[in-house]
Amino acid sequence: MIELYDVWKTYSNGVNALRGVSVKINKGEFVYVVGASGAGKSTFIKILYREEKPTKGAIFVNGFNVDKIRERQIPMIRRTIGVVFQDFKLLPNLTVYENVAFALEVIETPKKKISGKVLEILNLVGLKGKENSKPDQLSGGEQQRVSIARALVNNPAIIIADEPTGNLDPDTSWEIVRLLEDINYRGTTVIMATHNKDIVNRSKKRVIAFEDGVISRDDRRGGYGYEN
Amino acid sequence: MTVEEGTAMRISTFNRHIREGFKNISRNSWMTIASVGAVAVSLFILGVFLLLAMNVNYMAQKLEEQVEIRVFVEELAEQQEIDDIDARLRSLNDVKEVTFVSKEEGLEALRTDLGSEASVLKGLDEENPLRDAFYVTSFFPRQIGQLATEIEKIPFVAEVKYGKDTVETLFNVTSVVRNMGLIFSVGLAVTSLFLIANTIRLTIYARRREIEIMKLCGATNWFIRWPFFIEGMIMGTIGSLIPIIFLGVGYWQILENQSDAMFFLELMPLNPFIWQLALVLIGTGILIGVVGSLMSVRRYLRV
Repeated sequence: MIELYDVWKTYSNGVNALRGVSVKINKGEFVYVVGASGAGKSTFIKILYREEKPTKGAIFVNGFNVDKIRERQIPMIRRTIGVVFQDFKLLPNLTVYENVAFALEVIETPKKKISGKVLEILNLVGLKGKENSKPDQLSGGEQQRVSIARALVNNPAIIIADEPTGNLDPDTSWEIVRLLEDINYRGTTVIMATHNKDIVNRSKKRVIAFEDGVISRDDRRGGYGYEN
Repeated sequence: MTVEEGTAMRISTFNRHIREGFKNISRNSWMTIASVGAVAVSLFILGVFLLLAMNVNYMAQKLEEQVEIRVFVEELAEQQEIDDIDARLRSLNDVKEVTFVSKEEGLEALRTDLGSEASVLKGLDEENPLRDAFYVTSFFPRQIGQLATEIEKIPFVAEVKYGKDTVETLFNVTSVVRNMGLIFSVGLAVTSLFLIANTIRLTIYARRREIEIMKLCGATNWFIRWPFFIEGMIMGTIGSLIPIIFLGVGYWQILENQSDAMFFLELMPLNPFIWQLALVLIGTGILIGVVGSLMSVRRYLRV
């Protein structure tokens, strides 16, 4: 599903964000990625959906050789991955329904198929009845659900969540994590980068910890493990 | 999954791009007006120069068709020699037409030309000062000089005359007008290209969040590019239609009011010319718009 072999990433300013990372994540896993800011966590996440290109090493995601892929094929990898962000990245002028439908429209899904899929996903993330609301009429947790719905509507094999609870209060954070666990239970691989110690410690999932650009720890049923 | 489904999809996508393209245009209406104005002005100037150049060309062509070489025969020549010259002239490759004008005919023609003042020619019938002549036209008026030199070598040819200066001046004017017009127009076209690129950059900036999300959702670059492409095309097209209308109406007015004083300069008729001009201007306008849009989108696609 996801395989990295000795992946290095040096930015143009000379920063070594990743220094020889090798890891394997199987289909259907739920993985937390932890680490202090600047430890390589974000670069690791971005390299998976090819927002960043590795300097060295081999990366395989959903059968794509990500480090060798041509520019024109990048959209094809991204269609197999859903990405969720800390700041939701919703379009403020569009309704909830339109925000989710947007993900299908831009990959040229036939119109007939869009409405059914969108309503089904909104139901799954618990936003039934909010279809016509605008993002600013929703709470933070609800907005993050919209963004998860958008990531999910394309039926991707992997969901990557980059600090999805960073802007949310503890209770709401747990709701979002539960939702991601639900999604994982249905067979989608979930990779979640987070600073939330409490969630990581109580979830008892696989934890990959980054320190200075290398994986310092990879525990099957791990905890957050260090103070930051 | 059928072919039909694929086609339906493409049409709806196409409609979407058109819709978004128009939305972009209304988003920055003032910048759009400025860019369209810039395109219109530069294409107008290009059009004026084209109009001038094509007119000068047209006149040159008209004059060329009238250019002929006058070959005067030595007075000592007998009928036999005159026939020889005629045969030699007709054997030359470039020669289109040969007309013999005897000195009597020449005098008669002169008399007709002078009309009421023909009396000055009185008494010349007895002692005709003119020479027998051949009027020769060429298939290649621009190389008429070479032909003239060749004709001069024929025995019993006294003199060869053709309107060398007129023809060459005209050709020089044509190329000057053409070059100046080209330099001006290219400069202005580049300016309007950057204005269009800048306007589109503004609409892209307004939509950068949308583009980012599109990229993350796996939209292809062309899917993102199309609306901006269409925006540029619309701006280029409108920017070319304005000068086409102005130039067309203006030139028509000039033709209508053309005074008889310009009898020797025959202006080009409106009909085939205006369509050629329209084609060139629309083509240039669209090219400017499209290149401008692609220039400005490039940077934003690297997400």
